[in-house]
Amino acid sequence: MFTLHRFHGGLHLDAHKEDSSLAPLATAPVPPRLIFPLQQRGGQNAQSVVQVGDHVRKGQVIARGDGPMNPPIHASSSGIVSAIEPRPLPHPSGLTDLAIVIDTDGEDLAPAPEERPDYGQLAPEELRRVIFEAGIVGLGGAAFSTAVKTDPGHRPIDTLILNGAECEPYITCDDSLLRNFPREVLEGARILMRVLGVERCLLGVEDDMPEAIRALRETREAGDYSNIDIVTVPALYPSGGEKQLIRILTGREVPTRGIPADAGVICQNVGTAAAVYRAVGRGEPLIERIVTVTGKGIKNPGNWLTRIGTPIADLVRYSGGYSGVAERLILGGPMMGISLPSDALPLVKAANCVLVTGRGETTGPKQALPCIRCGACAEACPINLLPQQLYWYSRADNLQRAEEYQLADCIECGCCDYVCPSHIPLVQYFRAAKSELVAKQRERTKADHARERFEARQARKEREKQERAEAAQRKKTALAKPDTSEIQDAIARAKARKRPPESAPTTDAAPDESPPAQEPAEN
Amino acid sequence: MRFNTAPAPHLAPTASTRRIMQWVLLAMAPGVAAQLWQFGPGVLINLALAIAIALLAESAMLRLRARHSRAGLSDWSAVLTAALLAVSLPPIAPWWITVFGTLFAVVIGKQLYGGLGYNPFNPAMVGYAVLLISFPKAMTAWLPPTDLAATQLNLLEAWNAIVHRAGPDGSSFDALAMATPLDTLKTQLGLGRTMDEIQSGALFGALAGKGWQWVNLGYLAGGLWLLRRGLIAWQIPAGFLAALGALSLGFFLLEPETYPTPLFHLLGGATMLGAFFIATDPVTASTTPKGRLIYGALIGSLVFVIRSWGGYPDGVAFAVLLLNLAAPTIDHYTRPRVYGHPGCT
Ligand code: SF4
Ligand code: SF4
Repeated sequence: MFTLHRFHGGLHLDAHKEDSSLAPLATAPVPPRLIFPLQQRGGQNAQSVVQVGDHVRKGQVIARGDGPMNPPIHASSSGIVSAIEPRPLPHPSGLTDLAIVIDTDGEDLAPAPEERPDYGQLAPEELRRVIFEAGIVGLGGAAFSTAVKTDPGHRPIDTLILNGAECEPYITCDDSLLRNFPREVLEGARILMRVLGVERCLLGVEDDMPEAIRALRETREAGDYSNIDIVTVPALYPSGGEKQLIRILTGREVPTRGIPADAGVICQNVGTAAAVYRAVGRGEPLIERIVTVTGKGIKNPGNWLTRIGTPIADLVRYSGGYSGVAERLILGGPMMGISLPSDALPLVKAANCVLVTGRGETTGPKQALPCIRCGACAEACPINLLPQQLYWYSRADNLQRAEEYQLADCIECGCCDYVCPSHIPLVQYFRAAKSELVAKQRERTKADHARERFEARQARKEREKQERAEAAQRKKTALAKPDTSEIQDAIARAKARKRPPESAPTTDAAPDESPPAQEPAEN
Repeated sequence: MRFNTAPAPHLAPTASTRRIMQWVLLAMAPGVAAQLWQFGPGVLINLALAIAIALLAESAMLRLRARHSRAGLSDWSAVLTAALLAVSLPPIAPWWITVFGTLFAVVIGKQLYGGLGYNPFNPAMVGYAVLLISFPKAMTAWLPPTDLAATQLNLLEAWNAIVHRAGPDGSSFDALAMATPLDTLKTQLGLGRTMDEIQSGALFGALAGKGWQWVNLGYLAGGLWLLRRGLIAWQIPAGFLAALGALSLGFFLLEPETYPTPLFHLLGGATMLGAFFIATDPVTASTTPKGRLIYGALIGSLVFVIRSWGGYPDGVAFAVLLLNLAAPTIDHYTRPRVYGHPGCT
């Protein structure tokens, strides 16, 4: 029997999954226009490799990034590049950034597929290269480069975890994937295990997805997947959070400020695994994914196999449009998803769910009452933080204390916020305080570097002064030495010349100022 | 289509402070009913008077502090404070006692500290302690429980006693009053009586003090309901009752002649009211799981100490106030281990 480990807190939320999971998976048509923001993940931009007027084919690379963190972007259908211009990003701020716009031609032309039946023989680096070239990023929502994530460096990894615990209410895209493509997921798991060189894979699925579990079990029995364990975990938000799932399945914890690899595991979303299989086994880049369209604000909720770049408005249209009560548009789930100002925004690779809530389904403007220190928030926190204390310190601008109470470990899951009877927007406070802390930290690093540079220069000046003084002294003694044979003198001079200079000339080169590499923080 | 944006989480909240306060008030019902049955309708008059005064004082203070008085009053916390104080008062406490205590609780104990959430001391207990110190005689004059009372007061007679300080048929007010079992115990022990002699007295029932045992069972029932609904943390009442039970059992076993049974302690005085309704006031209690256990246990121990050796018959109010003072320190040293940080699981 497989032992599960509990994490602290968590919430039993109304799942609302039937809304979308009852409808069969449908394939979304090619929209008239596809939009690809060049900014894919937090501030990292890709560069367009096509020009306005170019005809592109389905699966063709249209933009490339500058490193392994930034995989290429592919056209998800054929058509003409009609613009490369600033467009709003799917972000609550409504920020705009460059995007490639493709007017589709409806032909859906694609290059001949490149079958790779022998992919089992490829070396890990080669597989990783294919994964990168296929533009694969984490499809669970964080969109972290999969090629980077499957390269743990020197850290020993013994387990691959596949995350199928779709814990946010309403979202059923992983459920739908597991029901319809269980083999792709298990094949992808096998490839990822090969990349990582691990012998064990745990696939976690929440117990409210019986069909998905059955499909997985059947496929597992039928194929050669004995080292992949399909583990049912209780439906408890946020058990699909990376840190929580790792704890549930292995009992290990990701150390603070660490990454899963520090606990010997790599965690991938099931959708990512399927995409890896398609890339490696069938030569298909990541150009489509399953997106849930649901909520009281949608006429016919369901799951769609959707091309990346499809505008939300089109997908909503395929789903019968908005119902009369549509109130809020959320990308992602109701606990952590972002609320969007407009449906003219495109779906990016990480978009798992379009949730349109109706009246009464979501919070209205909350009138916050004072904290009564009831501790409900602390009971719900999956990280075992004390949100009421964090709130107190964030509000009092006592960031140092907030830091002491481990504010940085907050995963912004919203559990505390949801249960607070005083309706205090806790997560908002934590986000603000965290970004302030990050800014402070950056200042501090900058100041440290400046000081180091200053000290280095001082030390160099000091050294030079001393050297000058020593040289002067040597000269003096040499001059003062009255009776030296010329030959001896010459020998000494030659020796001195052969010896390397006492200290290498220092340059004023600035020490490495690049900030420490950001560790992936996925959920 | 355009939409209004809002930060996550988006789900509509299910709990509210007002609801919690209302539920706690509702949970007091069995205890209040027992009090009504055992000590007459005076408790109802006290409750009505205290609640009215609390609401007036709260709204006046909110206005003075330029706060939205509707929002402030709608949280029902003033009502709860008033109710907790009112049920702690003698059933025919003179009206000005109730008024003074409630004013003190709401104005000084709560609003002057910044209102709900900012008060370091349990406001009801602040009011109670001030009354006990200022008017010790009036505060210890209880009515005898129903089956000992010569005359049963009806609502009007209770009103007369409270407002006009007059007993029925012109009898004197003082003739109505009687000491509580805890008080009696203390005086009698002081006079050198043994436990056996004292407990054979009329004031003592099968489980604990006559009348009081039912009141305590009533509050116990309400408290258990609160626990079931997850409205209070189990650690505080558990710590409280365990510590009080253990200490009283220990001393009872050592010297049964001078110490009453644990049952007498657990079902006497303000024990259950204190354990489930007063010590659990979230604002002033400890908030960490371990901290709450310690907090509750220390209150329970202090209650035993004050009852056994202190100057007052019951110790709940003072024990709670003292521990209110220690709660921040307790919290500081009982922070739970955060995920991903070293330490024992
Ligand atoms: S849940 Fe809200 S009211 Fe309760 S302690 Fe936490 S922040 Fe305060
Ligand atoms: S948002 Fe942060 S503090 Fe609140 S429950 Fe989640 S992890 Fe804990």
